[in-house]
Amino acid sequence: MNEVFWAFGRASGIVSLGLFTLVVVLGIVSRSGRPLPGLPRFSVALLHRSTSLLALVFLVLHVSTLMLDPHAKLSPPNVIVPFTAGWNPFWVGLGTVAFDLVIALVVTGLLRQRIGQRTFRAIHWAAYAMWPFAFAHALGSGTNAVDLWFQAYAWGCAAVVACLIIWRLSANFIETSRARLGRI
Amino acid sequence: MDALSRAQLELHIDFARCDGRGLCTELLPELLVRDDWGYPVGRGGRDVRVPEPLATAAQDAVDLCPLQALMLRRVTRA
Amino acid sequence: MTEMTLDPRQLGTGGLFAAAQPDLASHEAAYGKRPSGWSRNALLAELDASGLTGRGGAGFPAWRKLAATSAGRAVVIANGAEGEPVSRKDAALLRQAPHLVLDGLVTVGEAIGASTLFLYATADSLPFVAQALAERRDRPKVKLVEAPEAFISGEASAVVNALETGIALPRDKPLRLGKSGYEGRPTLLHNVETLAHLALVARFGADWFRSAGTADDPGTRLYSLSGDVPTEWVVEAPGGATIREVLRLGGVDASSLAAVLVGGFHGAWVPAEGFDLPLTGRGLARYGATPGAGVLMALARGRCGLEASAGIVRYLAESSARQCGPCMFGLPAMASVVERIAAGERTPWLASEAERLAGLVTGRGACRHPDGSARFVHSTLAVFRDEVQTHLSGMCTAHRGWTH
Repeated sequence: MNEVFWAFGRASGIVSLGLFTLVVVLGIVSRSGRPLPGLPRFSVALLHRSTSLLALVFLVLHVSTLMLDPHAKLSPPNVIVPFTAGWNPFWVGLGTVAFDLVIALVVTGLLRQRIGQRTFRAIHWAAYAMWPFAFAHALGSGTNAVDLWFQAYAWGCAAVVACLIIWRLSANFIETSRARLGRI
Repeated sequence: MDALSRAQLELHIDFARCDGRGLCTELLPELLVRDDWGYPVGRGGRDVRVPEPLATAAQDAVDLCPLQALMLRRVTRA
Repeated sequence: MTEMTLDPRQLGTGGLFAAAQPDLASHEAAYGKRPSGWSRNALLAELDASGLTGRGGAGFPAWRKLAATSAGRAVVIANGAEGEPVSRKDAALLRQAPHLVLDGLVTVGEAIGASTLFLYATADSLPFVAQALAERRDRPKVKLVEAPEAFISGEASAVVNALETGIALPRDKPLRLGKSGYEGRPTLLHNVETLAHLALVARFGADWFRSAGTADDPGTRLYSLSGDVPTEWVVEAPGGATIREVLRLGGVDASSLAAVLVGGFHGAWVPAEGFDLPLTGRGLARYGATPGAGVLMALARGRCGLEASAGIVRYLAESSARQCGPCMFGLPAMASVVERIAAGERTPWLASEAERLAGLVTGRGACRHPDGSARFVHSTLAVFRDEVQTHLSGMCTAHRGWTH
């Protein structure tokens, strides 16, 4: 039974990493104002939103199964307060930071209309911090970290996020940037 | 006719917030097009009359606007 | 200073500059004491009868603005921020007749039971107002707020924003000021000249006010004369006066001019054949001009109207608060096209492109800056139509021999 929790905890964590990568990708595409092939802009926004909720589901599964797992022995405070876990406190703690940021991002995302654009936006920047914490946590405390397939998967995710951030910082990132710079 | 049925549904664009991301123009192609810089253009400038059949699409545009620059309201114009 | 005080008898009214000096004693000697105790309804009726309209640009009837102001903790703002570099009439009024403006502000404040009164003006004008306030016996609580010297700082929502936050930039305003303005309170904002007229209507009545001007445009108006004129006067003229008459009051010979920009940079050009039309919205309808904030900027014969206009369009583009996309990008694009026409570029579609851009930006901002700028461009292309064609073929009638 313990093995099941452990395996499920790991699997849901791995899936979370992939889903959050997709969330970041969709978020950046959304910000560019561009549609994707076959996917209009509002669909990109909706997909960004629903993928983030799906990622949250897997993240909650990941955390809750490891709370039940006798080996990881996560207590409720450990889930919220970083670097307090009994096992591997530093690397688990990075995951806790990411988890806290995800909660903040999701809550402010759902309450966007109510809290106002400025607050929402300020907090949404935390997404760029959240992903690296999650990634470091996956490499550092993931017990699959030695496996080649996992390395390939995790670094693949990192490469995708890195490419998207480079694109995000490039001059022609915004769909309309050419026109707005007066080069019509 | 009572006041409510005479009231016209209107989509107000706050151009100080709008960044021209283009979601509203996709959701309301009947009412909005994009200008040279990507910002929505509608008949009536910042207050675009919305016919009842497009009310749902207009509400979607309000909810999905990434800058919260849209507002749907009923107004009675003299 | 360059104001001209007219003989009040000549105008048939007390006039706005009837006081010999700006101090309280001179003010009361000229106009008598401020009558207190105007009720909201009585003032509303008197303003309606007087036909007084706003002198800040939009020309909205003063009584309707008052009627649209909800009751309860209301705020009255006297707006003396002209913004336009060629408008000086509000500064002249605050310098020469600050008590008249304050009378108007206090009277309307009393009538609507306002809890807060503001006077918003540039740093040059405020000392005169402060001095006037200090010598008044009624000790009105008027908060003086400094307006930055910027074109859009006098726009209504920019004024409210400046009073609330200190940032004089326009804001998107889904609700009318009369319902929800300063800090969400009912707000009545008037140009300082409107308040000065209101003070006189409250003293002498609507019939007296109508004894000057025409039925269409009762009372008097202040005009700032600028451009190709010998002296940049501020003159007071009866409503319905023609451009030629107002220019003559300022010592300008209208026959030396090719056109006059009427209303301000958001206004419209009136060519020489329109100089004998009354300076009213109806009189100048064919040019789309209204007296607006009373700017008359003269363009001498032999000067290129397109060159002058291009400079103004560029100024308007640079005056954008850069808050709203269509204004931030549309105005510079429009300015470039007008500049290319003015420079004599032989590209036939430039005129229609300028028209298209002007149409595109209209109505698409939090304030009316894009609308006003577009109106000016439409007017330029219409009034200097022949000159545009000449330029598009690489020539300019103003610069003989100048061809591309």
